[in-house]
Amino acid sequence: MAEGNGANGSNGAKAKAGAEGAESRTILGVIDADAVKQKALVDLDGVKQPTKTDLYKSVFRVKHDETPRSRTLGVLSNVFLHLHPAKINRDAVAYNYTWGMGGITFYLFCVLTWTGILLMFYYHPTKVQAFRDILYLEHDVPFGKLLRNMHRWGAHAMVLTLWLHMFRVFLTGSYKKPRQFNWAVGVILLVLTLLLSFTGYLLPDDQLGFWAVTVGTNMARATPMLGHEGPFGTQFGMTAFNDVRFALLGGSIVDSNALLRAYIWHCIAIPFFASALMIVHFWRIRKDGGISGPAPMVLEKEIKPVKR
Amino acid sequence: MDWHQLWTIISLPDNVPILGLMILMPFYTWYGLRQSLANDRLIEQLEADPDMAKTHHRKTQPYKKGWAKEVHVWPYLLRIEFLAAVIVTAILMVWSIALDAPLEEPANPSLTMNPSKAPWYFLGLQEMLVYFDPWIAGVVMPSLIIVGLIAIPYIDENPLGNGYYTYKQRRFAIWTFVFGYIILWCLMVVIGTLIRGPGWMWFWPGQTWDHNRLIFEVNRDLHEIVGITTQPMIGIFGFLVTSVFVVGAGWFTHKMITFNEFNRKILARMSLLQYLTLQLLMISMLALPAKMIARLLFRIKYVWVTPWFNV
Repeated sequence: MAEGNGANGSNGAKAKAGAEGAESRTILGVIDADAVKQKALVDLDGVKQPTKTDLYKSVFRVKHDETPRSRTLGVLSNVFLHLHPAKINRDAVAYNYTWGMGGITFYLFCVLTWTGILLMFYYHPTKVQAFRDILYLEHDVPFGKLLRNMHRWGAHAMVLTLWLHMFRVFLTGSYKKPRQFNWAVGVILLVLTLLLSFTGYLLPDDQLGFWAVTVGTNMARATPMLGHEGPFGTQFGMTAFNDVRFALLGGSIVDSNALLRAYIWHCIAIPFFASALMIVHFWRIRKDGGISGPAPMVLEKEIKPVKR
Repeated sequence: MDWHQLWTIISLPDNVPILGLMILMPFYTWYGLRQSLANDRLIEQLEADPDMAKTHHRKTQPYKKGWAKEVHVWPYLLRIEFLAAVIVTAILMVWSIALDAPLEEPANPSLTMNPSKAPWYFLGLQEMLVYFDPWIAGVVMPSLIIVGLIAIPYIDENPLGNGYYTYKQRRFAIWTFVFGYIILWCLMVVIGTLIRGPGWMWFWPGQTWDHNRLIFEVNRDLHEIVGITTQPMIGIFGFLVTSVFVVGAGWFTHKMITFNEFNRKILARMSLLQYLTLQLLMISMLALPAKMIARLLFRIKYVWVTPWFNV
């Protein structure tokens, strides 16, 4: 049977049946023209129905049929899709319950990772180069301006969608048992997202970022006990050169060390922690019983006594 | 009315997300509350009619016998996710083509920007600096916000409203969150963006941002108004006033969580630790509007002055 040329068993069988009924013709007296034609037809079948081929199966592990089993396997046996369950509450796919904000936030994170990687190719985190790199990016790099715009607006949009996601989760009471811990993970992710955005603000090394970060980190001076201007700071021996602000900036002013630190926090450290927590966040959604609703309503008289 | 000034502020590319916030937040609040009220009507019906509670599937979503309760993720969810990704990408593309990310002059430590503002999502914190010293506004309050958010599921002992929109079954929780989130956080972001101009002064929308504007209002400390002038008494007076506020805010919170029969039932489920945590967080949250009123209406800077810290 003609396997190995991209066709599965049933197509090969058809091809063979056709070949038996035909008279033999040759090309240049050597090649069996009908056999070539049949083989070509088999390949054509594969082109017409790519999801039935061995090639497709080798990539996606299962061939695709319009059967419930195939649809289930399509999700379960795909590394990117397997965080989804195979089936989902029919009411949960309606937009009005979830608003889709969590998923959009994650998608924006992916967009930001991608545009961020591209931006990193053009950026040096040094006082001499940083600002010039942005000018270069805006004026000389093909689509550089679009790239930077997408990264910035994507970050703003991500903060917005994240707030809306949190608002929806609150309004639907989705943080309640058994999802308490996942809400806590979500709050940490919120903080990390804001920090990501904040550290990115400094990187163009322009007046806007410089003063925003100066204003922001000046507050750290006032940390009780750990900042040199905070309550009990002097009593704890804090000066401008050893307090928590110094640790954040790598110096007593926003300068080249601060730029490097912001860069590393922004591009490596925070994305790393955020990714790790996102894995936990998504995994816990599944483990805590999937998406929280729309769940059947519970009435006041059905409240069960509290267990401790 | 200086329309040009208004347009200058609104059309600043970095302020576009605020406009988004001002449109999206009311919309989704309405959208969520609308579903809550629809659910509440059904809850009333179910409570009035025990037979219906047995047969009905207890959702406002349409349901017919014989419909499968679940649908396949492939394709019914994945196509929505794909569509959402396409739409978000399209919006982001159009936004990025239409508006350029701001880039000011190179960083210059000797040239202070006025007003120098934090990124828009931190403007709530920066606005808080008007009302509290940096150690409270920049350190204690943000920490309390984070801790408070994490604590929500652990102090909310109300088992109702888990996985569906409802207002009637969670009045206290919803009012608290909407107050803290929309009134305090989002509104302060909007104030910080649109209202605060040079010198972080208050400019009404449409008022020209005058860099030479002087404000002759003098902020006073509370003890100066009362006429106490020497230190141990100033500290003790401030401590007493702060204590009165703490007791008052605690009393108000207690009134709210014992407001009706249902609230009292939930309170009975709470442990002492949960109750005290709730009180601590509520009192801290109420301190902000209290200080805002004191500052904006009565021009009071500090309530409690000590040699080590001021509140």
